Amino acid sequence: MAQEQQRPQPSTQDQEADDAGAPAPAPASPAAQAQTQDVDDLLEDIDGVLEQNAEEFVRGFVQKGGQ
Amino acid sequence: MSVRRVIGLETEFGVLAPSQPGANSTILSAQVINAYAATVRSGYGHLAGTRWDYADEAPLADARGWNMSRAVADASQLTDTPRELTAEEIALAGGEARAGQTLYSEEDADGHVLMNMVLGNGARLYVDHAHPEYSSPETTGPHDAVLYDQAGDQVALAAQRRIAESPGFAEVLLYKNNTDNKGVSYGAHENYLMPRATSFDDIAAGLLPFFATRQVLCGSGRVGLGMTGRTAGYQISQRADFFEAEVGLETTIRRPLVNTRDEPHATWEKYRRLHVIAGDANLGQVATLLRVGTTALVLSLIEAGTAPQLELRDAVAAVQQISHDPTLRTAVDLADGRRMTALDLQQAYLDAAREHCTRTGAEDPATTDVLTRWQDTLDTLARDVSSAKTTVDWVAKLDLMDRYRDRDGLAWDDHRLAMMDLQWADIRPEKGLYHRVASRGLMETLFTAEQIQSAVVHPPEDTRAYFRGRCLGAYPDDVLGASWDAVTFSIPGRPGTQRIATPEPLRGTREMVGRLFDAGLDVGAFVDELRRGS
Repeated sequence: MAQEQQRPQPSTQDQEADDAGAPAPAPASPAAQAQTQDVDDLLEDIDGVLEQNAEEFVRGFVQKGGQ
Repeated sequence: MSVRRVIGLETEFGVLAPSQPGANSTILSAQVINAYAATVRSGYGHLAGTRWDYADEAPLADARGWNMSRAVADASQLTDTPRELTAEEIALAGGEARAGQTLYSEEDADGHVLMNMVLGNGARLYVDHAHPEYSSPETTGPHDAVLYDQAGDQVALAAQRRIAESPGFAEVLLYKNNTDNKGVSYGAHENYLMPRATSFDDIAAGLLPFFATRQVLCGSGRVGLGMTGRTAGYQISQRADFFEAEVGLETTIRRPLVNTRDEPHATWEKYRRLHVIAGDANLGQVATLLRVGTTALVLSLIEAGTAPQLELRDAVAAVQQISHDPTLRTAVDLADGRRMTALDLQQAYLDAAREHCTRTGAEDPATTDVLTRWQDTLDTLARDVSSAKTTVDWVAKLDLMDRYRDRDGLAWDDHRLAMMDLQWADIRPEKGLYHRVASRGLMETLFTAEQIQSAVVHPPEDTRAYFRGRCLGAYPDDVLGASWDAVTFSIPGRPGTQRIATPEPLRGTREMVGRLFDAGLDVGAFVDELRRGS
């Protein structure tokens, strides 16, 4: 079966930094800021989809035994 | 020695109708099966209604050489009889679950509620206890096993969408996880074909230290410790806290790390089917590959008598100790008095596998890929656990939760983290947290969405699943039933039924029977040709 491997791609900002041969980014570098922004975006995305009534929803998830 | 082996994976999905608290889970599971039947029926005629054939089921046969008596078996072990809904359950469907007058509005013409079906890709979709279960078709290696496991997630998603679109039906949600965090666990099983000549004692001895530790590669992560999850914290495995024995026949009670069910679904004298219940369901493709690929290699070591000579003092305790330490520093006791970490034990198995592959000249790409990923993953976990987040499911989940905890200052007993744990496994791409992370390219994948969709419809070409799947497509009106071991036809103008046994998992391939399907024969001529050829 043919396979197509997809490795996670670094963000555009990271690639530009790499292309320019930049040293490992210090906390305030543009790449690090971009990474922080990526994390913030991801957490906002999660905020948007996470069930709001967490306690009640989780309490209602009762399964019968399986294997 | 290579990773090539007949392998199939099973997923029992968690099932929930949020707007119907207390809805009967067997009813909800039947809705899922019937909804999928309806989606397929709308495209392929009668293909979906193919009945499961129970003739070759033997769930009480023990690999240690005896049969459990039906009288002492737990009711949940009697999986060899068709599961019919009781009048009480049907009544509940109309009442408590308010699913309408029928279980599903598009039930088949003769009014049957489908509890079991065979799919065109060779898989089985059915109600197992109180969960919808997808059992993948037989594949010949870990990469295809991943592909057909992923296809099962798409089957479940299609069924869920169908219910959501059906007027009068409550939304049903499906979760690819293994516990409700209230004391109940359900499985994601693996099946590996082995020669019967290999002693079961050797299999158990070789697997116990491996099963206790492979969770570091392929655990799916869990919020809460203990069967009921009451103790706050994060652990590596969904299943770890639910094992109570090292070896045993049961899968639902006194759950063992090594399961002795001896139901080969193939020629008994030649084969055993190792039924592995020790693993977590994985959403991640690479984690699934590592779970299955490393296990296939370890089975080859056991068959060759070259498994590392390691024995844990208490394998059940070790599973839990390892699972409860996401820093991976915990060392567990060996019978000889040594203490080793999970990473060290895994490295011992990997070294033995690599040496064996080199000695036997196994350099095929699939084997090399598994060996390379195994070493890379162990190295990454040893250096910095969180760096494994693009491939290891429990690390990906932990990383997301740690960021959330940092931002909002949440303790592990916060309800939002329990919600994230559950919703991680929601199979919907727009709601499931694994899928939200993966959609940003943060999880490494092996197959494209197009390849997975193709595997929903087309069977693997190199096992008997090809014969089973193609029969449903080519002779939908004539196939009466199918199972792992046989396909049964009713041929117009002939008395009785014609049962074509498929006891050899590597026969019935495209190479062997593809031309018969391509010839466009009527069903009588088709079966005659099969009998002539066999």
